[in-house]
Amino acid sequence: MNAPTPPIRSTDRAEGASTPEAATPDAATFLDRLFADGVLMPSGVDGLYGRSGAFEEVIEGFERLVERFARADGAIKVHFPPAMPRVNMEKSGYLKSFPQLAGAIHSFVGNDADHCRLIEALTEGRDWSDLQSPTDVVLTPAACYPLYPAVAARGPLPEAGALFDLKSYCFRHEPSKEPTRMQFFRMRENVCLGSSEQVRAFRERWLERGPEMIRSLGLPCELDVANDPFFGRGGKLMARNQRDQQLKFELLVPVNDGAEPTACLSFNYHQDHFGALWGLTRADGERAHSACVGFGLERIALALFRHHGTDTATWPAAVRAVLWG
Amino acid sequence: MAARIRELIGSRKLVPVAVDQIDVDADLYELGMTSFASVQLMLALEEAFDIEFPERMLNRKTFATLAAIDRSVAELTGGRA
Repeated sequence: MNAPTPPIRSTDRAEGASTPEAATPDAATFLDRLFADGVLMPSGVDGLYGRSGAFEEVIEGFERLVERFARADGAIKVHFPPAMPRVNMEKSGYLKSFPQLAGAIHSFVGNDADHCRLIEALTEGRDWSDLQSPTDVVLTPAACYPLYPAVAARGPLPEAGALFDLKSYCFRHEPSKEPTRMQFFRMRENVCLGSSEQVRAFRERWLERGPEMIRSLGLPCELDVANDPFFGRGGKLMARNQRDQQLKFELLVPVNDGAEPTACLSFNYHQDHFGALWGLTRADGERAHSACVGFGLERIALALFRHHGTDTATWPAAVRAVLWG
Repeated sequence: MAARIRELIGSRKLVPVAVDQIDVDADLYELGMTSFASVQLMLALEEAFDIEFPERMLNRKTFATLAAIDRSVAELTGGRA
């Protein structure tokens, strides 16, 4: 049994300061501790874990906070399954920007002879992927991706724009030992569609609320300009463009051993990127702009377990009250 | 070289306006060039002029106007093109 590592206190949060674990390389990692204390269960693949009941209760508590704001804002709740039509991913541009993260679902569509070959390959431990064919379905990379074509199909937006409250498991192919970088994770997302002014006002509102929510949970945090992990050398240019235009902000919370703080919320202004792509128009016929705030639910839960310990019964009363009061 | 750059932009439709009418100092992003189009332009320039944009040049300014692109390519080719 691992000795419990003391949680980071908010006073430890000097910029670039290393966590206590970083100073002792042989100490158990945060991930080891989460496994040992039963918060997460390993599957054998990095970034793919079981979650305990306590972990889920933390996420449910946090989602109630989000939901309170979303309801007051009049957001329409929509939940898509964690997959979307392959043609929509192809059209979305995701494979131009993030080919390394995308996941496509393949299945067996062969005949009896192919089935025999599949079984032979499995028996002999050979590669069997040549007996798999792409399906019409890919894994959702961000909760809002299935939304845009669905909204565009309804016709022009109402005058006041439209606001949605989404949640989805998302997939990104980036296996990692950092518990905050899971391959399957849940994203709660509020998305605003409308004029440039409407959607930027929405983002401003969440840029104020986000840090308040996180601080109310006894977590240290800071906002910073950010960029998406665009692929390749061209991606560096895309990333700098995005930063120069301040299109993405992240709310960062220290979570991992000796690593940079983790983006737990992100605040994105897409300009008319999705509007142009999907033919989303406003009531006056102009192209719609969009913005979203995304909550990395596992990351927020992990930040709480990191800072307050792996036993939620011992968390500060004020934090428990915010989550479950 | 300037004509070749215009042709690269025009043939790939990287800016949604007639390429021969773009002023050398006009902001290509304002004319509708997307971020991804600027990546395609960068790759096309590298292939056409046998150059590689160093990291310091991978920014919005390098590809913002025809004049800026011209200067960057001239610097990297050292007058070869």
